[in-house]
Amino acid sequence: MRRAALQALWSHWRRHPLQLATLLAGLALATALWSAVQAINAEARASYARATAQLGVAALDRLEAPGGPVPLARYVALRRAGWQLSPILEGRATLGDQRLRIVGLDPLSHPPMPAVQTLASDPEALPQMIAQGGLMLAPPDLAAALRDTPGLPMVRASAEVPPGMVLTDIGVAERLLHREGQIDRLLILPDQPMGLQPLDRLAPDLHRLPGREGADTARLTDSFHLNLTAFGLLSFAVGLFIVHGTVGLAFEQRRAMIRTLRALGLPMRSLTALMLAELVALALIGGGIGLVLGYLVAAALLPDVAATLRGLYGAPVAGGLSLRPVWVLGGLGMAIAGTLATGAGSLWRGAHMPILAAPGLQAWAERAHRAARLQALAGVGLIAAGLLALWLIPGLIGGFALLAGLMLGAALLLPPVLGLILTLGRRLVGGVVGEWLWADMRAQLPGISLALMALLLALATNIGVGTMVKSFRLTFVGWLDQRLVADLYVTARDDAQGAEIARWLAPRVAAVLPLREAEFQIAGAPAEVYGVVDDVSYRDHWPLIRHSAAGWDRVLTGQAAFVNEQLARRAGLWPGAEVRIAPGWALPVAGVYSDYGNPSGQVIVSIPALLAHARAVPNRRFGIRAGALPVADLMRDLQTQFDLPAAALIDNAGLKARSLAVFDKTFVVTGALNLLTLGVAGFAILTSLLTLWSLRLPQIAPVWALGLTRADLARLEIGRSLALALLTALLALPLGLALAWVLLKVINVQAFGWELPMSLFPLDWLRLLALALLAAGLAAALPARRLYRLPPSDLLKVFANAR
Amino acid sequence: MRVRLLLALLSLVSTLIAAPLRAQGYAGLGSTAAQGFATPERGVPLVFPRDHGPHPDYRIEWWYLTANLTGPDGTPYGIQWTLFRSALAPGEARGWQSPQIWMGHAAATSATDHHFAERLARGGIGTAGVKTAPFEAWIDDWRMAGDDGLSNLTLTARGAEFAYDLRLSALGPIVLQGDRGYSVKSADGQASYYYSQPHYRIEGTLTLPSGPVTVTGQGWLDREWSSQPLAADQSGWDWFSLSFDDGARLMGFRLRGTRGDFTSGTWIAADGTATPLSPGALRAEPLEWRTASGHRVPVRWRLTLADHDLDVTIAALNPSAWMGTRFSYWEGPVTVSGNRNGRGYLEMTGYD
Amino acid sequence: MLLEIDTVTKTYPGAARPVLRGVSLGLAAGETLALTGESGSGKSTLLHLASALDSFDSGEIRLEGTALSGLDDTGRARLRRERVALVFQQFNLIPSLSVAQNLAFHARLAGRLDRDWLAELTERLGLAELTARYPEQLSGGQQQRVAIGRALAARPALLLADEPTGNLDETASAAVMDLMLDLVRASGTALFLVTHSQAVAARADRHLHLAAGRVA
Repeated sequence: MRRAALQALWSHWRRHPLQLATLLAGLALATALWSAVQAINAEARASYARATAQLGVAALDRLEAPGGPVPLARYVALRRAGWQLSPILEGRATLGDQRLRIVGLDPLSHPPMPAVQTLASDPEALPQMIAQGGLMLAPPDLAAALRDTPGLPMVRASAEVPPGMVLTDIGVAERLLHREGQIDRLLILPDQPMGLQPLDRLAPDLHRLPGREGADTARLTDSFHLNLTAFGLLSFAVGLFIVHGTVGLAFEQRRAMIRTLRALGLPMRSLTALMLAELVALALIGGGIGLVLGYLVAAALLPDVAATLRGLYGAPVAGGLSLRPVWVLGGLGMAIAGTLATGAGSLWRGAHMPILAAPGLQAWAERAHRAARLQALAGVGLIAAGLLALWLIPGLIGGFALLAGLMLGAALLLPPVLGLILTLGRRLVGGVVGEWLWADMRAQLPGISLALMALLLALATNIGVGTMVKSFRLTFVGWLDQRLVADLYVTARDDAQGAEIARWLAPRVAAVLPLREAEFQIAGAPAEVYGVVDDVSYRDHWPLIRHSAAGWDRVLTGQAAFVNEQLARRAGLWPGAEVRIAPGWALPVAGVYSDYGNPSGQVIVSIPALLAHARAVPNRRFGIRAGALPVADLMRDLQTQFDLPAAALIDNAGLKARSLAVFDKTFVVTGALNLLTLGVAGFAILTSLLTLWSLRLPQIAPVWALGLTRADLARLEIGRSLALALLTALLALPLGLALAWVLLKVINVQAFGWELPMSLFPLDWLRLLALALLAAGLAAALPARRLYRLPPSDLLKVFANAR
Repeated sequence: MRVRLLLALLSLVSTLIAAPLRAQGYAGLGSTAAQGFATPERGVPLVFPRDHGPHPDYRIEWWYLTANLTGPDGTPYGIQWTLFRSALAPGEARGWQSPQIWMGHAAATSATDHHFAERLARGGIGTAGVKTAPFEAWIDDWRMAGDDGLSNLTLTARGAEFAYDLRLSALGPIVLQGDRGYSVKSADGQASYYYSQPHYRIEGTLTLPSGPVTVTGQGWLDREWSSQPLAADQSGWDWFSLSFDDGARLMGFRLRGTRGDFTSGTWIAADGTATPLSPGALRAEPLEWRTASGHRVPVRWRLTLADHDLDVTIAALNPSAWMGTRFSYWEGPVTVSGNRNGRGYLEMTGYD
Repeated sequence: MLLEIDTVTKTYPGAARPVLRGVSLGLAAGETLALTGESGSGKSTLLHLASALDSFDSGEIRLEGTALSGLDDTGRARLRRERVALVFQQFNLIPSLSVAQNLAFHARLAGRLDRDWLAELTERLGLAELTARYPEQLSGGQQQRVAIGRALAARPALLLADEPTGNLDETASAAVMDLMLDLVRASGTALFLVTHSQAVAARADRHLHLAAGRVA
């Protein structure tokens, strides 16, 4: 009996392969985008965790010498005084043709760390690392590149090492970095013996810096991942609209069969169980396909995400994707949960099916009309709740709550607002066909409103994110023009060459601007402190967003400092406040400048002030204002005169191009996700229309009989879809702009620490409108074609049979 | 002899970062010569004070002191101070390039408490090392220092919960173990250079969480270096250093191997005359087992040595004296009763 | 002749036997003709062919001299829109439009809405109170009256009715039939009525019987 019932149920899908394909496609799409985002997030988080585990040991306090290295002898003396410390030496170096970060540590004293832990399985590795010529641990891609470089210690690949980094013994690192006998910082280990002399007595010249609570990268990138997750959820929801439509249709069409099966004595409970099992099986298949797709999407997007995270936050993320069991289970779980959630209604209705025929479309519309008022209220309530959340919950979460409220509320408001427009619009159209068309759209609205909501969300997201990105880019370009004051930037091999270059340049060019930098701990986080010289280009062009009187004069005489916007917002360092750069060195804030794309805080002081408080500040980088000299000639002369590699010289235009390339790369992912979401929304419209198909015939047949051709009706079908899409797109515009405003004025400030002016891009709206119409047109094309080809006898059946 | 610590030092190579992987301890021991390490040879005379210092061409070496102490109220205590040297490659180099690795273990034990600490350090930079003229052995702030003859030493160490600061003076001569300091370790002929100073009288201060205690007692220093200490089948050992009330002393050990147990040792008369035990003469039989930090170990033994008319029971002062260091083992003070009475130290390894 | 049907045959695709085998009949302007027959005798098919809803295999149908076989989809649609009107058993009103809109729909489609005539029709059909309602808020009899009003408002030359009272009870059926015949005769419209009811058929000017695809 059950077997027969199963066969009967299954025969439906065999007879409607397109419906089955649609259902599976909807499920697969939903699962794919959702799990792609999840995979990307998981990969990025794993990368941070690796970075934190490797270097971080971030929670430990550490000792540093302000502005310079700790001599080895100081380390030994402190150890011999009983303090348990572990030395770290790190720096950037070029090995072969790879520019990379070298971290040297003492594996004996360093706290347990995954990368080195893997060595424990190989008794030969540690002797190799400490003695016998050294061993470098590098991420697999880097290891492969370094292996062929002659003159380097042995290289071993370790997936635990963050991208772009080489982990090695401190003895190897000091040779590679040419910093024998130097240590950058001493980790203060958790277990210390009793009766120690306090550090401030033993080593008053060293600064004890507190360990960081949690990883900075994770905090910084939270917003990005929240963003991706929001996209993933949006896509998932849109995909489920499709599933909802198809499952609903399948149940509708199987009503008669279910009645028959029940009449034949199959208990409703068994039938429900069978249909539930069928749903789960479909969810597993669709989810499985989705996982494969999701993996492919994630693998395709991950390099760009990695670029984004590196570019925006300085967070290292590997470009490779690994398959995690949690991810597979999570994806399938979402697929099943989503399918059951969307199918539950149909299942319930099936189980409680009245003996009477289903109510017609008009009744549906009437019921929807009554629900519309409630829905409108809920929509307004959600938006209000979002605003309230922004006010009550500080930080990023509040911002995203506002976004969620705004988007969901607007989506809920869409059907009532569309209904209102259609009701009002009906009075404006002339012609009997037009009148019918509007009335018909109004009646069709409840069936298609889910798909339209999906379209609204996709379009609004597109407009919002697009406006944000383009505004950002516009600001960024303007800022680059201001910020890149020099015509040419040159990096010397070392300080000696730097001084030589400066001497050589001085009589030839308009100005040589040394760029000297040291890292300090400001307001509990590492920050760059730059020393600058007096130059008219700084005074004229520096992108100050706040400044006080005679700002540059005070900064250049060492009496004040400029801070970047990020630092100002984070630590409340606006003009009038004082920035504590180091113990005993605090300066009033004379101004705040915009500093896009930089994850960390930055301070600008005069070079003498910097040199007075920091030791061993490299003097290797210079900006050059060429004056009358052609930049290309200058580059060539410098290159030959000092035997500089091409990478050591970059002109203004080159730097700008490179910065913009990084910027554009950063938002590739956003663009791709945008387009995918829109595609899914288009697909949702298609499935809604297909779902409505069987309900449409009784509406259309009388009009056909009264003298419209099938071609007319097919055209009207497309027109109707276009009109609904157009209306939705028009409504999406204000929503999208609101979204952009929230992103620029709330989310950006919280996530990045900078506020951006909002610009409008009407051409983009038109392009998007065209895309929306294209999607809606394509979605309607299939049903329209079907209508056009429908034999009259099929239409006549409407007149002959009761439904 | 401290056989187990040979293993400890060698396994250090693979375990010092995190996971104790003692299963790999034996790996590569057979290839000593191939890696350029020197091997002990019979008949080479030991020269002092030179041989109190390090021998970087040998793979492993230690300065190992245990002491039985007594507080003013008669409370018994034990302390351990050990400095191990392990060479990743033969020879010495300056700075971080040195292939020498140093490891320190220190412990303070009473009948109720057992505290221990561990230190690891790189050679070459000065955080740990041993030098002569004058003699100094150190790792971080732990230190054993004194005259070139090792007859007067100061000894300090501290952990999170204990510290000691002791003065040692030797009341007898240095004892060369085995054949004039050439000590055979297995039937296959593995050997080490091995001498001891078992005659220290000690006084000083022991600090425990309850506060400082003035202590007096006696100590035993072992010095040993080698490159090829173990036979492949040997899985664990029990090592005894005992001082009897009549002034005689015994160093004895049992190596547990799949090919049967191997026992050996040295009888040291009250005047310091040392007599090697013939293999198998010493018999050691566990009488009572206890669980210490999850490991089942024998804490009472019957020791018999027919040649010297010895039949005694050895009992741990504190059965919980487990050294939870990277390479873990049991080490603690014991009391001796039977046809001779006395005190001493017991070390047991390979009890998983 | 308003409508001439000349030896028309029709076989549905996939069907084994033809449903119409050379049917011929004629209908003059203003005349009412009832066609009866068993279920499946082809009477509804003949009505569909006459109203240019479907196409036939051979023979010819002429409406006011226009040969239907020569018309394309657009021509058929125009003919349905402008020359004939239809009343179905299922009423087939447009559910999204109100009664008033439904009544005016066909006439406006045909481009000849006569408001006075529509008002008169509405009055005579007893629908004046119901114009703001939607079809599904009406009883079957009321819906069929709207359908008749919609058909006649367009002032067609020919009204084709397929079992117009098939879905109504006897009382409603008689009332609707009376109204329809009255209005048809008053407006000079010809009526081609398909029914299985002898009583209904008897009220037409002429009565034909269809059996096994031929007129008896």
